Amino acid sequence: MLRLACRVLLLATTATIFTISPATAGGNGVTQTPSIFAPAATPAYATRELTWIVFVITGAIFLVVAGLTVYAIMRFRRRQGDDGREPPQVYGSLQIELAWTVVPILIVVVLFLVTTRYIFAIEGRPPVPEALEVTIVGHQWWWEIRYPKLGIVTANELHVPVSDPAHPTPTFITLQSADVIHSFWIPQLAGKMDVVPNKTNRIWIDPQKAGGYVGQCAEFCGLQHAGMLLIVAVQSKEDFAKWAAQQRAPARNDAEVQAGRELFSSLSCINCHAVRGTAANGLFGPDLTHLMSRSTIGAGVIQNTPENIRSWIDDPASLKPGALMPAMKLSREDLDKVTAYLLALR
Amino acid sequence: MNERGRMGMIGLIVAEGSLFAVFVVAYLFYIGKSLNGPYPKDVLELPIFNTVCLLSSSITIGVALRALRSGATRRSGVWFLGTIVLGVVFLAGTAREWYRLIVEHGLTIGTNLFGTTFYSLVGLHASHVIVGLVILSLLCVFSFSGALRRAHIERAEIASWYWHFVDGVWIVVFTVVYLVGR
Amino acid sequence: MSVLADTMASGRGAGAHRPWLAVLHDWVVTVDHKRLGVMYVVSGLVFLAVAGLEASAMRVQLAWSGLHIVPPATFNQLFTMHGTTMVFLVGIPIVFGFANYLVPLMIGARDLAFPRLNAFGFWAFLFGGLLLYFSVLGGEGLYGGGSAPAVGWFAYAPLTGRAFSPGNSTDYWNLSILVMGFGTVATSINLIVTTLVMRCPGMTLGRLPVYVWMMLVVSGMTVIALPPLSAAQIMLLLDRFLGAHFFDTQAGGSAVMWQHFFWFFGHPEVYILMVPGFAFVSEIIPVFSRKVIFGYPMVVAASMAIGLLSMSVWAHHMFAVGMGAPLNAAFAASTMLIAVPTGIKIFNWVATMYGGRIRFATPMLFACAFIFQFLCAGLTGIMLAVVPFNWQVTDSYFVVAHFHYVLVGSLVFTIFGAIYYWFPKVTGRLLSERLGRWHFWLFVVGFNVTFLPMHWLGMMGMPRRIYTYPADRGWDFWNLVASLGVLFQGAAILVFLVNVVLALRRGERAGNDPWDAWTLEWSTGSPPPPYNFETVPAVGSRRPLWDLKHPDDPDGPHE
Repeated sequence: MLRLACRVLLLATTATIFTISPATAGGNGVTQTPSIFAPAATPAYATRELTWIVFVITGAIFLVVAGLTVYAIMRFRRRQGDDGREPPQVYGSLQIELAWTVVPILIVVVLFLVTTRYIFAIEGRPPVPEALEVTIVGHQWWWEIRYPKLGIVTANELHVPVSDPAHPTPTFITLQSADVIHSFWIPQLAGKMDVVPNKTNRIWIDPQKAGGYVGQCAEFCGLQHAGMLLIVAVQSKEDFAKWAAQQRAPARNDAEVQAGRELFSSLSCINCHAVRGTAANGLFGPDLTHLMSRSTIGAGVIQNTPENIRSWIDDPASLKPGALMPAMKLSREDLDKVTAYLLALR
Repeated sequence: MNERGRMGMIGLIVAEGSLFAVFVVAYLFYIGKSLNGPYPKDVLELPIFNTVCLLSSSITIGVALRALRSGATRRSGVWFLGTIVLGVVFLAGTAREWYRLIVEHGLTIGTNLFGTTFYSLVGLHASHVIVGLVILSLLCVFSFSGALRRAHIERAEIASWYWHFVDGVWIVVFTVVYLVGR
Repeated sequence: MSVLADTMASGRGAGAHRPWLAVLHDWVVTVDHKRLGVMYVVSGLVFLAVAGLEASAMRVQLAWSGLHIVPPATFNQLFTMHGTTMVFLVGIPIVFGFANYLVPLMIGARDLAFPRLNAFGFWAFLFGGLLLYFSVLGGEGLYGGGSAPAVGWFAYAPLTGRAFSPGNSTDYWNLSILVMGFGTVATSINLIVTTLVMRCPGMTLGRLPVYVWMMLVVSGMTVIALPPLSAAQIMLLLDRFLGAHFFDTQAGGSAVMWQHFFWFFGHPEVYILMVPGFAFVSEIIPVFSRKVIFGYPMVVAASMAIGLLSMSVWAHHMFAVGMGAPLNAAFAASTMLIAVPTGIKIFNWVATMYGGRIRFATPMLFACAFIFQFLCAGLTGIMLAVVPFNWQVTDSYFVVAHFHYVLVGSLVFTIFGAIYYWFPKVTGRLLSERLGRWHFWLFVVGFNVTFLPMHWLGMMGMPRRIYTYPADRGWDFWNLVASLGVLFQGAAILVFLVNVVLALRRGERAGNDPWDAWTLEWSTGSPPPPYNFETVPAVGSRRPLWDLKHPDDPDGPHE
């Protein structure tokens, strides 16, 4: 009885969990749960649909088999006053065996056909002419994001235009890796796709609601695998065009931060980082041309604030242990100058 | 008793076969994928003599066993020795080939994917030849010393299966490396 | 009294009191399958405690977002060592340890076919295990005080290459498992030969206990599926030490190839772990339901089907790698297909219970929990075979939940059931039923409280192998719940240990056959004498002791 009660309690709790809708589309786009049950793009919608189908099938199987087991446990337990005789020995039954072989095979066939339809629908989708092409290169432990046709290079924050279901403008993403295997996963937009060195993978999304969506690397890639977050900003077509124009522009060259710019150009910073329009053209680290247009630094690990920028330059490992950028060991004045320069890169 | 030995040897051969199969798969997968030379067709020559030696050694070991079965222990020792000699010649030939590849063509295990898969597959096989030679040496020494007798024919047979397996693997390696891959 | 009983009872001074060094010597040089079996299981349980502590440390770190209790480098080592230990140092030795002990007894044999090879297998395992843990001291080589591997238990390339894993931590992972692998293959060959060649008179293959059949299938799978792992590890060794390029993507090598080779081993491996669990319950459920197992031929056939099919599903671990739609579909098909024989087995067990007179002794409690938890595990497995769903939840906590329902909820539960069932046979003492119930209930609650919420966490987007997570993801609450479950599981293990110690010291003496069971091991002493059977038994059916106890209604005509 106690056992049954516990199981009922567990089942009830689970049922409650599953009926709660977990995610809210945050207006500021930063705080929300990336649940697969709160889709915003076709691959995720399709997967949710398929998930419900699978839940119903497997749920039914669970109820039937668990129910029979519970019944057997309750009905056939040894009771007090049992005379200790052995029950009738049943060695088997061909009909029953056949039944519970054939029925599962049929279920499996149906499930397989349904699954295959969805596989080809999602994977086999070819790009349309209006599709936006993005190339994302996974690094330890940040995301390089390039828009080849728009001449944009940025990092960690993917901006895409919202897609109207009537006239879809999807984004097709080419995934490559600079070092080890990573995995690109924004649950509300699509299933994940691994980012594999010496291999090019493709994934597509067509977000239908503007807003912010989050995800992160989903394949263990070393020390800061947990610190390789992703932000997707889905914008209206006008907002996206404005953002793209701003990103395409070369780096600002404000006079107030001239000293910082010169210092920056003389340090090893330029070996790893690129700032378009200056001598800095390194590819190992994120592009900094429009650093201040991003909401986070360190691949989503900390907010993009002046204090954090300063701390990061001083000692990245204090904010993201194991980050591959070395502590620059600058004097306080130099640190202030370089920080001021970077803060100007809007 | 010997039933156990037979089945045990079959188990070993299956396991080793599975091991070799993976190296063969890797070899086949990487054919044509090296980013730089030297390439197989530039440097590989068909090891006909080597192969004849190794495959003949399967015959000689068979003759040795026939001698042992009829009680001619000393004669079987001679044929075991012959098998060993053929095996050693095979290894020497492999060593010569590797010397040529490394010194003349600059092909090492780290040169390219061909080097990686070639040396590992052929080397894995060669290491098994060495183990086989050790087993054969025991058979040889004990037949000359008289310790190996007709009553031990079943055990000697089981040991010979290992040698036949090593030969069989060579046929696969030869086909994959020198015929398909070149 | 056997020497084993003497040793077990040495603390109480029963029998001749021998110096401890002599006793130790006997155990170290033994080739007796029973002793080796005990050594395997005891070592496995010790490693279970170690890996459990590793998991507990992880759950403390993950109990809330943004904690700094365990640093990232250590956390990555913890999940690597936890997974590696549980699979290779807990699962394999316990499963093969039981087989070591039980197979000769169940087939009426005196020992395994190759007793010395058997000993080699055990020592290879122990050496490998100690080598792996030595990495904690020696791993970093020149650079530091030592470190354990931190590449995950499946060690994907190219993260394991020299470029991304400097030092020697990864080499410890590689070499220790390589060494253990040889021992496991040796033991498997040993079990196969024993089962095929050394059965007692009258025991045709059709009269083998289901346990023995399943261990035969497991051994066959091991012989075929373990060498590919060894091959991949040799390749990794060559990459790391001789500059080879098997998995070096910079030189054109393929990272995905490691995955194919690893999972070609890895998937059969999880069945190699799980099928013995099926084997345990196939013996326990009939005895405690007082009924013969329903559909013996089908159960055996289903086990063989699982063994065969398990070789064809490996890339379902790789659905997100980008193999392309046709391959994804093919592996989805084979994965769904393997659910059929697995389900058949569940149905057969339930049918065995149906119409029986079920006695809920501790072994049966664990077997019943197994039925429900394995049902969950199998169904989440089918869900994972649905590729687009897999694309969402692979590499997330959903999959962590799934495989813990298989390996803990199913395998560990059946192992505990087996321990309670065969402990009287091995030691001659009964474990306490009262403590057994406490152990069971604490463990059932703790296990489900920890792992059930993980399904939800995965579907809410939480990936696996992360040492911390942001506060704004909404994952805090269920992580805390999962971490609290650890307390119950820890308590359960403590109760179990107390139970074992008390039983060894002053447990009620078990006779030959405390459970009124039907297979041959219950016909000899508890513990059995070194030679197992005084006279070689002869059998006429699948349940020789049933025939003896029910001469009016033997099994033979019904089979």
